[in-house]
Amino acid sequence: MGTRLNRAAAGTANYVDERTSIGGFVKFFARKLFPDHWSFMLGEIALYSFIILLLSGVFLTAFFVPSMTIVTYDGPLETMQGVEMSEAFASTLHMSFEVPGGLLMRQIHHWAALLFTAAIVTHMARVFFTGAFRKPRELNWLVGFTLMILSLAAGFSGYSLPDDVLSGNGLRIIEGVTRSIPILGEYISFWIFGGEFPGEILIPRLFTMHILLVPGLILALIALHLFLVFLHKHTQYPGGGRTHKNVVGLPLFPVYTAKAGGFFFVVFGVVALVAALFTINPVWNYGPYDPSPVSAGTQPDWYILFIDGALRLMPGWLFDVIPMEWEFWGYTLSWNLLIPAVILPGLFFGFLALYPWIEAWATGDRGEKHVLDRPRNAPVRTGLGVALITFYVILVMEGSNDIIANLFHLSLNDLTYFFRIGIFVIPVLAFWITRRIAFGLQRKDRELVLHGNETGRIVRHEHGEYIEVHEPLDEQERWLRVGYEDIAPLEIEPEFNDRGVRRKGYRWDRFKQRLSRFYFEQRISPVTPEELEEAQHAHH
Amino acid sequence: MHSLARRRYHRAAPVILVALLLALVTGVAWAISQATSADAAVTTTADDVTEGQKLFAANCASCHGLDATGTEGVAPSLVGVGAAAVDFQVGTGRMPMQASGPQAIAKRTQFSQDEINQLAAFVASLGAGPAIPTAEQVDPALGDAANGMQLFRTNCAMCHGSVGGGGALTQGKYAPNLWETTPTHVYEAMLTGPQSMPVFNDANITSEGKRDIIAYLEAQDAGSPGGFRLGTIGPVAEGLWGWLIALGLIIASTVWIGARSS
Amino acid sequence: MSTVDKPAEDHGAPEAFEDPGLPYHRPRRADVDEKAEKRAERQVAALFGISIVGTVVAIGAYFAIDMSEEIDSIRFANMAIGIGIFLAMIGIGLGAIHWAKTLMRDHEMVEERHELRSSDESREGAIQNLKDGAADSGISGIKRRGLLVGTGVAALLAAPLAILVPQLGNMGADWNTKKFAHTMWRKGMRLTRDPDGTPIKAADVTIGSAFHVIPEGLNDLEHGLIEEKAKAVVLLLRLDPRDLKVQEGREDWSFDGIVAYSKICTHVGCPVALYEQQTHHLLCPCHQSTFDVADGAKVVFGPAKRPLPQLPIAVDDEGYIIAQSDFHEPIGPSYWTRLKNTSDGLSDSTEESSH
Repeated sequence: MGTRLNRAAAGTANYVDERTSIGGFVKFFARKLFPDHWSFMLGEIALYSFIILLLSGVFLTAFFVPSMTIVTYDGPLETMQGVEMSEAFASTLHMSFEVPGGLLMRQIHHWAALLFTAAIVTHMARVFFTGAFRKPRELNWLVGFTLMILSLAAGFSGYSLPDDVLSGNGLRIIEGVTRSIPILGEYISFWIFGGEFPGEILIPRLFTMHILLVPGLILALIALHLFLVFLHKHTQYPGGGRTHKNVVGLPLFPVYTAKAGGFFFVVFGVVALVAALFTINPVWNYGPYDPSPVSAGTQPDWYILFIDGALRLMPGWLFDVIPMEWEFWGYTLSWNLLIPAVILPGLFFGFLALYPWIEAWATGDRGEKHVLDRPRNAPVRTGLGVALITFYVILVMEGSNDIIANLFHLSLNDLTYFFRIGIFVIPVLAFWITRRIAFGLQRKDRELVLHGNETGRIVRHEHGEYIEVHEPLDEQERWLRVGYEDIAPLEIEPEFNDRGVRRKGYRWDRFKQRLSRFYFEQRISPVTPEELEEAQHAHH
Repeated sequence: MHSLARRRYHRAAPVILVALLLALVTGVAWAISQATSADAAVTTTADDVTEGQKLFAANCASCHGLDATGTEGVAPSLVGVGAAAVDFQVGTGRMPMQASGPQAIAKRTQFSQDEINQLAAFVASLGAGPAIPTAEQVDPALGDAANGMQLFRTNCAMCHGSVGGGGALTQGKYAPNLWETTPTHVYEAMLTGPQSMPVFNDANITSEGKRDIIAYLEAQDAGSPGGFRLGTIGPVAEGLWGWLIALGLIIASTVWIGARSS
Repeated sequence: MSTVDKPAEDHGAPEAFEDPGLPYHRPRRADVDEKAEKRAERQVAALFGISIVGTVVAIGAYFAIDMSEEIDSIRFANMAIGIGIFLAMIGIGLGAIHWAKTLMRDHEMVEERHELRSSDESREGAIQNLKDGAADSGISGIKRRGLLVGTGVAALLAAPLAILVPQLGNMGADWNTKKFAHTMWRKGMRLTRDPDGTPIKAADVTIGSAFHVIPEGLNDLEHGLIEEKAKAVVLLLRLDPRDLKVQEGREDWSFDGIVAYSKICTHVGCPVALYEQQTHHLLCPCHQSTFDVADGAKVVFGPAKRPLPQLPIAVDDEGYIIAQSDFHEPIGPSYWTRLKNTSDGLSDSTEESSH
């Protein structure tokens, strides 16, 4: 019995291999090593939520009708009896109230979408703080960055599909922002909506974008992202025996197949549980789209909320005297829209996309980096990351200021005034404090390496002195704390050569030097063996 | 790196944290998804007016004046506001006002319904104004919830939220949650326009329309078909729970996956 | 804070610490204790068992729960199927991971990395191949066919236009962005209630009232109803005439304290609808622009810059409120050519907007 099965398996394998030479691939992949750490699974959460999105999305397309044709509702929902609505909205109600398990699939889909974007951001933060974007992974950082932007597009286009009041007002905001673009804005708006807002063609267009264009691009880029991960081999955290030239971990088959494969089911299970228990996007509360009504708490899903927050934060009149909408030669330029909704996201995302190169200019390092940084050992990078997150969180909080005001009995006006100043002050403070904490941790590491752990045991010397016994670190613990690179600011060639001729490219070098000083002027170097020896002498 | 990860995070800590959060959310959601209803209309007598006048002198006159014509900058004149305004303001505990703030806050009422009726009778006797609605006028069973939905979202949802969960106004003022409010008080609020709220007289929203709105609010008692409704405040709450519960549980499990077995 | 230069004199201590190599591998309980191994095996099997139970629960719930019109029954079906799926998934997941953690290899292995850069020979080979190809084709090299390269590139650049121009050209319908400037309001058109379209008498609008208004006949439109409604919605309010600061040039636009303003925010176009009747402030719930209705709907807070456009109103013979004309400026958010479309007496030139 067993042998017959084996023979059949061998036969199949042979058949496939003779036609695909798959044997080589299997040999290569099966024992490929992956380092083990919980933070290396954050990207997998994003990947798995995307798979859940595809699975549940296929089910939803079986019932959703992407049409703006007006119909009259006659389903089971009491509060919608006889109400006129688009087919898109009616079919959303139908799949929620009349298809068993349909509402569950909608909720799984929407929760998975929130999780998808949240996991991407978390994964990106992990890559940022550990320096995993450094050479040779800069291009993969860009691929990941593009995936993040695409996830926003996927989310927003899907959020708008049910054609309810909430998402309709969101689209109207998009339309208003689009129109503010100088010269072309009005035409771009007509191009998107097929005429005046809202038109009759938008839902079908968004549908195609949501189920074909964007997920197709995401799928292709995920393939590229993972291909590059395999090509580069995974990064690893510092520790004994882990270098830039090796990878220490467990094999893909069977350990990672089981762990990562099992993790997919964990993610799916959690999403299913949340979808079973918690309502999400109850469109029957908002009603079918109508341009007149609006409800308190009109906000987009969390990943777009920062733009909404920026729009709220921006005053129409600066200090009540300077208009933020300029009129000149008969034309109108709306800084109150362009700055928060176009320029600011552009700068924010632009900085993120280019960050690997910015840091490379500062370090001037050209080697491949496969061992990750502990965040404390890159104080400026860690500070910048925390400042960016703080900046983002302030915008998100301003975007929910009415909810915060209502919950804590505050004035939303006061919150806005506070954040208008806070957006400039708090991220700088966050940078400064984070860098201080990183330095503090580095000093503590030095202290531990030099003087060891406190044991709590007090010993009396012969000459009467009491001292506490310190136990030196073992070599693994010590290596973790001394094994990082001590990067000094860039030194550049002088502006004039010995013949007094101004050197080409000097300005660029000087910029890089200034950047480098910003990063590395203040730094804490790791303990050297000599220092350790001295410290030990002092003890004995 | 493992030792580091282990030292900083007790393995069970994230799981426990998320479990606690889950319990908290569940509790809050349950608490929010409860509601009540009650009471009816009244007839008045001359005795009520005199009793009401006494109550008014004792409890209201310090601000509104003995003749109820109000005090400039402190309290408005009550001549012509009608019995409905009194029943709403006193019945919901907003009046007498205890402390000045952005707006009068609903609290436990100080008076019995009889006393409120006497006060209302006195104020109504000062000048014609809207009366307290009858039980039939506010009976949700007679209303059309679908029409109520259309009226509610055009006239009410911008302040009170899409299903009456409440929302913020300017300068610390707010539109209250309507699920705990009795149908009579909802009706009276529309009729009289208390505080920041505009007036919705019968020419704007008919008496039947108001009842439809009450029926729509009543329909919210059934809760959401999707499960706990997270306060019905929309995507902000959903995003927060998405991060805390969904991503929180999953990251807790990654910590378990990444930790070495003993 | 820049610390300690590297030591100049040699103490005999090494320059840098040495990598101690991989740490000692500590065996797990299941590696050394057969009982623990058996226990782990049973746990994994139990977890897989939970998954099977979950699948049964989900399928059972699908068939057993009768979804009626009651919200309760939908919620129950949703929860039961969902929890079934949860168990079916989490059982497999936890089982597989527990298996990997306790019973599969956990002794880490080491693999060497190789620099990603290709070898010098490969690079030279690649460059040579490209050069050969370029020379073969005449793109470059001795026999460079400049004419072919030039026309070829030009054709390639131009060809997409053959597809894009007609396609993109169609997507914006008639591209008549002048429509932004006009609404369906006309002289003499009655203001009616949103959503039912019944006309409003001036006497109905008592002080403190807020009426949400659509133009008469909007609901009868065969085409473009939503597009017209998106521009034409109006908020009709009555203030105590003593509170109302009448704007210069608009003395006859209101009626005894009754004013009508566009409901579309001049910021990004949300419906501005939160009216606080005591302060006469109108708040937009989207981005919280606040307008003072008593003072020409000027901006008092938030991101909007311009006041809400006012609709001039009057009262007809039967006492109904009517519009005197269309708005005198484009409603809603700003755009590049907004001022070009603004003119007084614009109401006369609005015929084109209504088809």
